[in-house]
Amino acid sequence: MTLSRRILMAAAGAAAMVFAAGAAQADIKIGLSSEPYPPFSSKNAAGVWEGWEIDFMNALCAELGEKCSTEEVSWDGIIPALTSKKFDAIIASMSITPERKKTIDFTDMYYNSPALIIGPKDGDKDISPEHFKGKTFGVQVSTIHSNYVDKYFKAAGAEVKTYGTEDEAKADLAAGRVDYVQGDSLTLFTYLDSDAGKACCEAKGFPPDDKEVLGEGMGMGVRKEDTALKDKLNKAIHALSAKGILTEISKKWGLDGRMTIATPQ
Amino acid sequence: MVWDWLFTYWPQLLYGLWITLVLLVLSMVLGMLLAVPIGLVQVTGPWWLKYPARGFTTFIRGTPLLIQLWLMYYGLGQIFPMIPGLRHSFMWPVLREGFFYAVLAFTLSTAGYEGEVMRGAFLGVPRGELEAARAIGMSPFQVLRRVWLPRALRLVLPTLNGETILQLKSTPLAYTVTVMDLMGATSMIRQDTYRIYEPLIFIAVIYMFITFVITKGFSYLERQVPVKR
Amino acid sequence: MLRRGTDLGFRMSAWLAKALVLLSWGPAGYGDELFYGALRTIEISVLAYFLGLTIGALGATGKLYGPKWLKELLHGYTTLVRAVPELVLLLLLYYAGTDVVNTMLGGFGKGPIEVNGLAAAVGVLGFVQGAYSTEVIRAAILAIPHGQMEAARAFGMGGPLMARRIILPAMLPFAMPGLANLWLIVTKDSALVSVVGGIAELSLVTKQAAGVTKQYLLLYLVTAFIYLAITLFSNRIFNWLENMTRRGQRKLT
Repeated sequence: MTLSRRILMAAAGAAAMVFAAGAAQADIKIGLSSEPYPPFSSKNAAGVWEGWEIDFMNALCAELGEKCSTEEVSWDGIIPALTSKKFDAIIASMSITPERKKTIDFTDMYYNSPALIIGPKDGDKDISPEHFKGKTFGVQVSTIHSNYVDKYFKAAGAEVKTYGTEDEAKADLAAGRVDYVQGDSLTLFTYLDSDAGKACCEAKGFPPDDKEVLGEGMGMGVRKEDTALKDKLNKAIHALSAKGILTEISKKWGLDGRMTIATPQ
Repeated sequence: MVWDWLFTYWPQLLYGLWITLVLLVLSMVLGMLLAVPIGLVQVTGPWWLKYPARGFTTFIRGTPLLIQLWLMYYGLGQIFPMIPGLRHSFMWPVLREGFFYAVLAFTLSTAGYEGEVMRGAFLGVPRGELEAARAIGMSPFQVLRRVWLPRALRLVLPTLNGETILQLKSTPLAYTVTVMDLMGATSMIRQDTYRIYEPLIFIAVIYMFITFVITKGFSYLERQVPVKR
Repeated sequence: MLRRGTDLGFRMSAWLAKALVLLSWGPAGYGDELFYGALRTIEISVLAYFLGLTIGALGATGKLYGPKWLKELLHGYTTLVRAVPELVLLLLLYYAGTDVVNTMLGGFGKGPIEVNGLAAAVGVLGFVQGAYSTEVIRAAILAIPHGQMEAARAFGMGGPLMARRIILPAMLPFAMPGLANLWLIVTKDSALVSVVGGIAELSLVTKQAAGVTKQYLLLYLVTAFIYLAITLFSNRIFNWLENMTRRGQRKLT
């Protein structure tokens, strides 16, 4: 019977394809977070990744003279994906924190920007922890902001809701399901400048810094044993800074002067 | 394998288990209550009930539950700012919570799948029994209440075990809309401890245990219902 | 009142225009992204489905004719998959699967391979499908009338020949409804891959597009209908296939 033979052959073919799919050649594999995170990384309507970090990545790979390929993975699984060797380095606006350093290693900081709290347009700009008692915070899961809100505001009586992506937290702020969102100031300012952001929300203020929780800026995550790769990436990051390329990229995205970038050395 | 996090996080896990079970029971009970009329109108209803019911079951069964859940949670959330006064209405405390949307989505899902099963069950009751009931002078409603529905429900009983387990397996989706069920608690532990496997293995075992209990419960229940052949 | 009416009409048409741009083909809209996302969903589903069928055929054979240890192993496999939520399995296998594969390769003295998003998604979904396929195919083989097998043996047919000429064609009519159902399940389960990320299938594309544009309602609604179209179209194909496998049989009443 030909039908049964065809089914068997199709099954064998499928199995072969799955195993063949395991091969892809590139010098460095970069892990990106699949969540939209404008202006740093998001997929535009043409289906192409764009943003400050995407330009940074391309400049970095050019500087290294190596071919890079990218792999997307959801944010809350990005560290496990790195340690299970799905890719070699993370570029996903990941802050260098003591807590994360227990699991993975980081390159030097390539950019830094303060945290920001936004909320509904009511003119009330009080951001003291006591003021948040009984209020609800929305944060992206596994972020420094989630840890910060837990440490300072949850302790003071605020409720915290965690989201897989920051845009979902913002959507719930617009819907009124949460009262405040804390996140990176640059992405939140970008949101406040958009139509959706203008309609609903305003900046409330910068929460006081806490290096222990908020970290020391964004670094590329690498596996602990990959020290050679880390040194190579560090060199390239500082070289990009020295050549003024990082400043150029910041200008292109309208972020120049609003963010700290890596030092030339 | 490191398990010391269990000592720190057991209250969250216990609460998560409670939420998972509440989600499961609420959506199964409410879903079944909806499934009966949805099945019935497809068999005997007027066209203006029959076609919407058929469209509903087709839509529910033809689309991923995850998309249905996101459509309700984020889709409706997008409309909220356009409705004046909603945030001060009595409904708001409910509409704020992801839990409500999870119950809603899971209930509608149960109603869709079980509605289809109920339709088959209503059709599966022998015609002669219904005619006999009519012949001894029962009103159509009495036939439904005393013969048709009880007989159909008995036909559905063996499928309920499987449906409940499938429903249990869908509950973790709720964590994508901020519900702190077992999966949500695990997600929190994963975030705090950077342990990947242990928390997931732990809840996998818990889900297997719940499945075991459900199966035992239903086989006990089935033994309690007398079957005449 | 009149002003209010035209205002509403204006807003409706403005919204409609916006929706059309959003869903248009090309760099300004997400129409093409959704389309390719749907193709990806179908690709993942087809590969996972056939991987599941392969596992299912082997698993059913093992469960029926294998040695005791294999039967017990397979029983453990099907019990596990049927009791643990797909999402939990997906997360576990997505990370652990790569580790296990690489540890095994390391044992053979080979370096780590890269398991890309597609292979991981297909592997995990196929693993889940395999358990259900095992049960469907096992039940279908058991449903074959005993006399047919005995007749084949009496003709002197060996195992492989009998499997090909008798068991496969005779069990297909029994297996078809179950297998059709499994296909519908895998197309819907593929949406779970979006929680892990890594592959631009329909749900992830929609999630990303909705996150950027904030048009959650419209985009999720459109995506739901794309899934529905896939389901309804598949139903047609499976009805045709079912009729094919039932050729020469009496119509079931």
